[in-house]
Amino acid sequence: MRAMFTVFAKEFVENLRDRRTLMSALLFGPLFGPLLFGAMVSRMLDQSLVESDQPPRLTVSGGDHAPGLVQYLQSQGVKLAFATLSEDGARIAVRSGREQVVLLIPTEFATRFKAALPAPLLLVADSADSQTRKVADRARQVLAAYGSGIAQLRLQIRGVSPLLAVPVAVQDVDVATPAGRAVMVLGFMTYFVLFAMLMGGLYLAIDSTAGERERGSLEALLSLPVARASLVGGKILATCTYMCASLAISLTAFVVVFRFVPLERLGMSANLGMATALEFFAICLPFIPLGAALMTLVASFTRSYREAQTYLTSVLLIPTLPIAFASIYSLKTQSSLMLIPSLSQHLLMTSVLKQEPIAAADALVSGASSLSIATLLIVLTARHWRREAMLK
Amino acid sequence: MIEARDLCKRFGAVDAVRQVSFTARNGEITGLLGPNGAGKSTCLRMLYGVLSPDSGSACIDGADIRGETSAARAHLGVLPHAAGLYDNLTARENIAYFGALHGIGRYRLRERTAELARSLGLEHVMERRVRGFSQGQRIKVALARALVHDPGNLILDEPTNGLDVMAIRNLRDMLRALKAQGRCILFSSHVMQEVAALCDRVVVIGGGRVLADDTPQALRERSGAASLEEAFLHLLGGVEGVV
Repeated sequence: MRAMFTVFAKEFVENLRDRRTLMSALLFGPLFGPLLFGAMVSRMLDQSLVESDQPPRLTVSGGDHAPGLVQYLQSQGVKLAFATLSEDGARIAVRSGREQVVLLIPTEFATRFKAALPAPLLLVADSADSQTRKVADRARQVLAAYGSGIAQLRLQIRGVSPLLAVPVAVQDVDVATPAGRAVMVLGFMTYFVLFAMLMGGLYLAIDSTAGERERGSLEALLSLPVARASLVGGKILATCTYMCASLAISLTAFVVVFRFVPLERLGMSANLGMATALEFFAICLPFIPLGAALMTLVASFTRSYREAQTYLTSVLLIPTLPIAFASIYSLKTQSSLMLIPSLSQHLLMTSVLKQEPIAAADALVSGASSLSIATLLIVLTARHWRREAMLK
Repeated sequence: MIEARDLCKRFGAVDAVRQVSFTARNGEITGLLGPNGAGKSTCLRMLYGVLSPDSGSACIDGADIRGETSAARAHLGVLPHAAGLYDNLTARENIAYFGALHGIGRYRLRERTAELARSLGLEHVMERRVRGFSQGQRIKVALARALVHDPGNLILDEPTNGLDVMAIRNLRDMLRALKAQGRCILFSSHVMQEVAALCDRVVVIGGGRVLADDTPQALRERSGAASLEEAFLHLLGGVEGVV
């Protein structure tokens, strides 16, 4: 136990003195996620706000044939530009991007409209372009509204109740809470949290194993009258400590960043205050020994710093797999999933974000499964350190 | 006292060490002499317990070396072939780390590091980080680290590798001083002059076997050679694939 603490203290101090790795572990890793995230979300918000606020712009050709429609569009706030284009000309103009969306009103519109026959309108747009698709959708809505208004008038004139033409009335009821809507945006934040946490211990895990071998201090260390399990324990404990630090920094950074991201303007609430951050910390805590032991074990098999870095970069991706799986199949929190580390942490954190209650059993299972796998990995690491292959 | 009894070690198809037996006595410097690849390092590694022998045994002051926390390890100081230090720690911290792992109390450790710093001439660099130390300074720190628990036995694997003439002289003086304190010193080398200059006893190893185990003087006489070098070559002449 004393030897373990000695190893821990030495690894802790040694890593603390390495400015470059410290910057990477405690600044770059934990801050990268929140900053990138804040910037991305702000930009997404800006864009969607601009789109919903601004009226669509339409280029109208043949407006003379339908003065009523043109008037209606203008009254609905649609910005109109007038041009004279043939059908082919309109296609070319839209395809080349010169015009966004073109409304073509053919000559026969007027006669057919007067005869109460379906009057043709051509809406030329490029549906592969997400921007113009949105404009075209808005235009379609306005045109549909115009059409149903005219239809109701025609029925009324003929003495028929317009309500007959509306057999069903559908109302959208959206039960998503503001916090729930934000989860879609914040969904992959949990990965950044896990990533930052692993980054915090990455260098120490390498330095205390492959680094020790590479600089030639391993053999002297192994000749000491100290149980290998104590050596491994001390090293993993030091790695855990740095992972805790980077987790704390990363969560604090998220709290700060989301102060400045105006999620409320989209009717969302981030629910990311200090209390949530503490809950996140508690949820992630059992994952820390697991990550530390996994990185130490993998790095113990490698011969050099460089080799260890290569392998551990793949280890950093492992926690993404269950999370990616979860988002593809939109998995919901359920007890059996709590057995899978990283996925269980992801689901629990998502629940906290959504302000859903967390079952104590779920949190317990998540913690216990992560801790048992951690124990297994620590035992495997200690066993590997007892092998002669450690020296080669 | 370091005793090797019939040590054998195979790596795959290679018999690295075959039935090696010898004794290194207290108050003597014993040299393990042999060409590269003769099995010296493998032999020493079994003696300081990082490799376990396939058969045979090794004792330090009568205690079997096997087992991670064996008492034998407490009586043994080791300077391995790669005596790497922790660059971000100071000389004192490097030495104290091993002392603490040997279970030495804080007060005693402070005393002991001061003692070692004095006797090895490290006093003025104790608080400096070892990054940037010269090879000579590094070997001193590594030696202090190996001696921090005041062991009666010391094993050094090719300690003079990479050292300049002055540093080698220094190291020899240090080893003689340790011998004078009654310690048992065992070191390996492939450099003849070094062994001739220093050893009370030479164990010649070739092809994983002990070819001779005697004083330098007796080795010369026995082979009728004028120098130890010739005696050495003469001994190795019988081993296939070595010369």
